[in-house]
Amino acid sequence: MSVVIETRDLTKRYGQVVAVDGLNLVIRQGEVFGLLGPNGSGKTTTILMLLGLTEPSAGEVRVLGYDPVRQPLEVKRRVGYLPESVGFYDELTARENLRYIAHLNGLYGQEAAARIREVLTRMGLWEVADRPVGTYSRGMRQRLGLAEVLLKRPQLAILDEPTAGLDPHAALEFLDLVRGLKADGITVLLSSHLLHQVQAICDRVGLFHRGRMVLEGTVEELSKRVLDVAYRIRLEATGDGLEDVLSRIPDVVQVRREQPHVYLLDARTDCRNDVARQVVAGGGRLLSLALEQLSLDEVYNRYFQEVHREA
Amino acid sequence: MRREGSPWTGLWAVVLKEMADHLSSVRMRLLEGLIILTAVGTVYVAIANLRQTVGEDPFLYLRIFTTAQDPLPYSFVAFLGFLIPLTAIALGFDAINGEYNRRTLSRILAQPIFRDALLLGKFLAGLFTLGITLLALWLLVTGLGIFRLGVIPGGEEVGRGLLFLLVTLAYAGIWLALAILFSVLFRQPATSALAAIAVWLFFAVFWHILVDLLAQILRPADNPFAEIAQVQLRMFLSRLSPNTLYAETILSLLNPEVRSLGPVLVTQLEGAVLGTPLPLSQSLLLVWPQLTSLVSVLLILFAVTYVQFQRQEVRA
Repeated sequence: MSVVIETRDLTKRYGQVVAVDGLNLVIRQGEVFGLLGPNGSGKTTTILMLLGLTEPSAGEVRVLGYDPVRQPLEVKRRVGYLPESVGFYDELTARENLRYIAHLNGLYGQEAAARIREVLTRMGLWEVADRPVGTYSRGMRQRLGLAEVLLKRPQLAILDEPTAGLDPHAALEFLDLVRGLKADGITVLLSSHLLHQVQAICDRVGLFHRGRMVLEGTVEELSKRVLDVAYRIRLEATGDGLEDVLSRIPDVVQVRREQPHVYLLDARTDCRNDVARQVVAGGGRLLSLALEQLSLDEVYNRYFQEVHREA
Repeated sequence: MRREGSPWTGLWAVVLKEMADHLSSVRMRLLEGLIILTAVGTVYVAIANLRQTVGEDPFLYLRIFTTAQDPLPYSFVAFLGFLIPLTAIALGFDAINGEYNRRTLSRILAQPIFRDALLLGKFLAGLFTLGITLLALWLLVTGLGIFRLGVIPGGEEVGRGLLFLLVTLAYAGIWLALAILFSVLFRQPATSALAAIAVWLFFAVFWHILVDLLAQILRPADNPFAEIAQVQLRMFLSRLSPNTLYAETILSLLNPEVRSLGPVLVTQLEGAVLGTPLPLSQSLLLVWPQLTSLVSVLLILFAVTYVQFQRQEVRA
């Protein structure tokens, strides 16, 4: 798989403030990568440097093999960008807004019209294409933003806080559309501070803290590294003294009793087999057994608790 | 480190979009209405006056522009002299900060264009819009003149009229460039509009007063030589204002009899046939310094805007 984004010791300083500090990042083709972190941790600055909209103070960037500082047009021709809280010309219709963008990309006439129709249909906005964007809801604007990203048929889509300000339903809908980009073979880089929303669609995530990427990997890898567990098993069973029995299983780190018959097990491996055997051997009745996805929120909170304790 | 790719990429897309915006905006329609009203008013009054002297004046067509007559206190060019800066400011004051506040700037700059194209495109769109307005106005006035006076302008008069258009466009360009500069410097469109209008007011109203005061303080006129020195200083200072440069250029272009824009000593008039008009080439030569100054002010303002905009952070 070819490398889409590569940065080496990428640094951005605003006066005394270091916004991005020695970032090393590699994103491969077809990946969905999540840049996660609190507001002001350097996510947007990183994105602007990838697009050549801000010059790095030090370090190197390569996007699709091009240098955004010296060849910004080549980069921007191939990369779609949805800025945080995207704005449109409110008095123009969606179609007119997209037509302007098509012209800026050198697309005119029939081809532009066909592509505009294609992306608006795909985003479910074709019916309202001739309404002024000023009448659009937040979710519709965000989808129009994604339509604009797709208009240039990008190899890489960069989405900055795409779900911020959306209601949960609209956010889920939007993430579905993002998943559709991956199916098209478009590499996606998205930033967010809403971890639980993006963990479902990200192949890998990078955690930002004060301009540094402090953790990087799949959600499982991160939970294993930070929480020392990679799996959470949800067990429903009846029986006496099950907690003791369960905590004796070698790979189980912690057992918690949520409700009288519901136990949550943190484990290093997927040891559902052992759990089932122990419950039955201990004379209990197994009602259900399921693997739960660990929440990135927990990883995140735990990590920052530790950082604060050390500080 | 050199960047690759042409700075002109996407320029015409920006120009066309901005021109469409300008030509359909309420702001522009209001100003156009105002300009056309004053144009028709002043020209009508001028024509009424000129009809009585049709046979006596060889430059009847040019007089349409410059004749002031009761009840209107100013001629057509005088009105234009202060309506044009206002229009130019109206077209430019929210060029960049407007995009910024609508949060469209980063989206536009993420397209495969340089910032150059956006800035130059907005400037050119403003200039073209002003050009169209001025051309329409000029044709309207010419038409009214032919219709009401029955005098067909000669080739030289048309040439002077076209030059007048070009100079007015350059003058408008200065205020447009200034307004765009302020739209880069200030985040709020209201601030940049007020700042641009303040600069205009300063030159239109206060500069003359200041120049008089400064000239009297720096070169007190206690003998004839000092008097000349004072006049020269006053002229120099007053020509720092684009308004003066424009007024002098127009004066000389539309009045072929004007032979000098400064003080003339009696000795210099020896042998001159007073009251004879200059040919167009000589009038042009007379205002060449003013003309080049106007264009250079325009270029300097645009260059400063360009540098400021290139350095600006796009993040919201």
